[in-house]
Amino acid sequence: MGFVANTLRLNAEAQTAPLLSVDDLTVSFPTKGGGHNAVVTGLSYQIAQSETLGVVGESGCGKTMTSLSLMGLVPGRGRVTGRIGFEGRDLLQQSEKQWRDLRGREVAMIFQEPMTAMNPVMSVGQQIAEVLKVHEGLGQRDSLDRAIDLLKAVGIPSPAQRARDFPHQLSGGMRQRAMIAMALACRPKLLVADEPTTALDVTIQAQILDLIIELQEETGMAVQFITHNLAVVSELAHKILVMYAGRGVEYATSEQLFDQPLHPYTQGLIQTLPDPDRKVDRLHVIHGSLRVQPAQGCRFASRCPLASDECRAAEPILREVAPGHFVACVKVN
Amino acid sequence: MKPLLEIDDVSVHFPLRQGFMQPGLTLRAVENVTLSLQRGKTLAIVGESGSGKSTLGYSVAGLRKPTSGAIRLNPQRQSERGSGGIQMIFQDPFSALDPRMMVEDIVAEPLRLGETAFARKERRAKVAEVLEQVGLPADAANRYPHQFSGGQRQRIAIARALIGDPELIVCDEPLSALDVSIQSKILNLMDDIREKYGISYFFISHDFGVVRHIADQVAVLYLGRIMEVASADDIFSKPSHPYTQALFEAVPRIGRGRRQKGHALKGEIPTPLNPPSGCVFHTRCPRARENCAKVRPKLEPAPGRPGQLAACHYKD
Repeated sequence: MGFVANTLRLNAEAQTAPLLSVDDLTVSFPTKGGGHNAVVTGLSYQIAQSETLGVVGESGCGKTMTSLSLMGLVPGRGRVTGRIGFEGRDLLQQSEKQWRDLRGREVAMIFQEPMTAMNPVMSVGQQIAEVLKVHEGLGQRDSLDRAIDLLKAVGIPSPAQRARDFPHQLSGGMRQRAMIAMALACRPKLLVADEPTTALDVTIQAQILDLIIELQEETGMAVQFITHNLAVVSELAHKILVMYAGRGVEYATSEQLFDQPLHPYTQGLIQTLPDPDRKVDRLHVIHGSLRVQPAQGCRFASRCPLASDECRAAEPILREVAPGHFVACVKVN
Repeated sequence: MKPLLEIDDVSVHFPLRQGFMQPGLTLRAVENVTLSLQRGKTLAIVGESGSGKSTLGYSVAGLRKPTSGAIRLNPQRQSERGSGGIQMIFQDPFSALDPRMMVEDIVAEPLRLGETAFARKERRAKVAEVLEQVGLPADAANRYPHQFSGGQRQRIAIARALIGDPELIVCDEPLSALDVSIQSKILNLMDDIREKYGISYFFISHDFGVVRHIADQVAVLYLGRIMEVASADDIFSKPSHPYTQALFEAVPRIGRGRRQKGHALKGEIPTPLNPPSGCVFHTRCPRARENCAKVRPKLEPAPGRPGQLAACHYKD
């Protein structure tokens, strides 16, 4: 477990224990044949207070399951193993009651589409107030006053009137702000944001990113920001974890990752993005598709321009190739 | 030579009925838009949601009659197969294909609507030809849409558009539902098709990276009105209208480092039921002065750049 040892050493150097420390997280679902199919395999990462981790990957890479396991919300018969250390305790050992206390109070989540994440028949103000009633025992009037303050804090104009509105009466950007207000009602230590700006226009996306940064500076919360958009995380994240087919393939600071991407998948993702500032004749492509995965060895091997027999022999794990820069590829020295 | 597509002072309004005995409202989705598209070129329409870009696309495709103005297509090819003319590709390849139809029937459907009747064998051959063209295996014809991934479905939609031998394809955000590694493949495919068949694209998008790559001309829409229209090279190198500048600024880019706060455009797009007076952008414009709320600016050349038109009193 060189990776764990190395990260422990790094953390010791930083003199602060990370707020969140995920170790060897695996999420699997039972298959028809009686076996288990892992959608997240052996994932390890940390997030410190006031830090933003960007989790990047395409559909089906396991990024959403990773965040749901932080909330104890992996659906149905999903099995979660490993360790999720949060302020020194292991969340995976908690009872359902302890989960309920934690959710919304210490760890909160915002989703891509607030329309489906909010209750359509409850006013926005009441929904936010509910969080405060449950977790802080506030009464109806106090909780509603606080809800209006929160709506104001996330930049919603005329918050007292908007609090009486129902979700469908707000625009997409305003709904996302309202959901952020709800998530932040109890000042959580960790905010898990799952593609919160994907459904928004670029101008509104910029406003929401500014808001998240501003609130983070104010409250010191840690943020796990999940997205498929590398450009978005490059403007927001301190550290980045790139996922492919349920595995972490590269883990580094934002500067390291964009100055010197090491994994061929990361390189491909960056090159494949059409650049608004530069026109090229032909766009770079990553061949093949995520659906075709080799039975053993590196999961990216069938699409990788560098793949050789060595890659197909054993699955590479994340190893530290420069201080703080981890990559799961045998071709990287 | 006449341009392939001429959009001449087109407006699209939707009357909304209120209640009994109450005056109706008019939603002005597109207002006095004039554009043209040359043969073999790509015209990109950009703007926020609610800017009217999809409505305009629907009108070009003949799916929505303009309230006033005219849309003219000047086809050159005599299309012997299918309906020819204009075809359309939609954003969501999951809802754009009938789940109960086999791919062969989906792709061949434009042929059924054309004037020429095709024998089954001939039809099959044509389907096989376009499927190969878009990079799908021949056996795809006998399968159903749910057996394909999002990228492959978008290829099926492109094959369906191609089979009628169109001169113009209206593309409504054809890439936004796809993963990044798939997007670049579809974009390259669209490049190839344009070159090989001499097709023009009317390309609706909010992704500026994609627009930079594919567009020859760019028109920026806000509340149904053109704010700026120019060649892609001009508009990307020196946007003239403050709205275009704000849009470009808002696009996240790799290599800028952690974002600097305070550059984001304030507020949201107002309702098209009651658009602001004067310049419709003045309520959010960092450059707005008193007369912007009173006088609607005309679409006129930017200083020193005759080909770049912007509707702003204080354009760059």
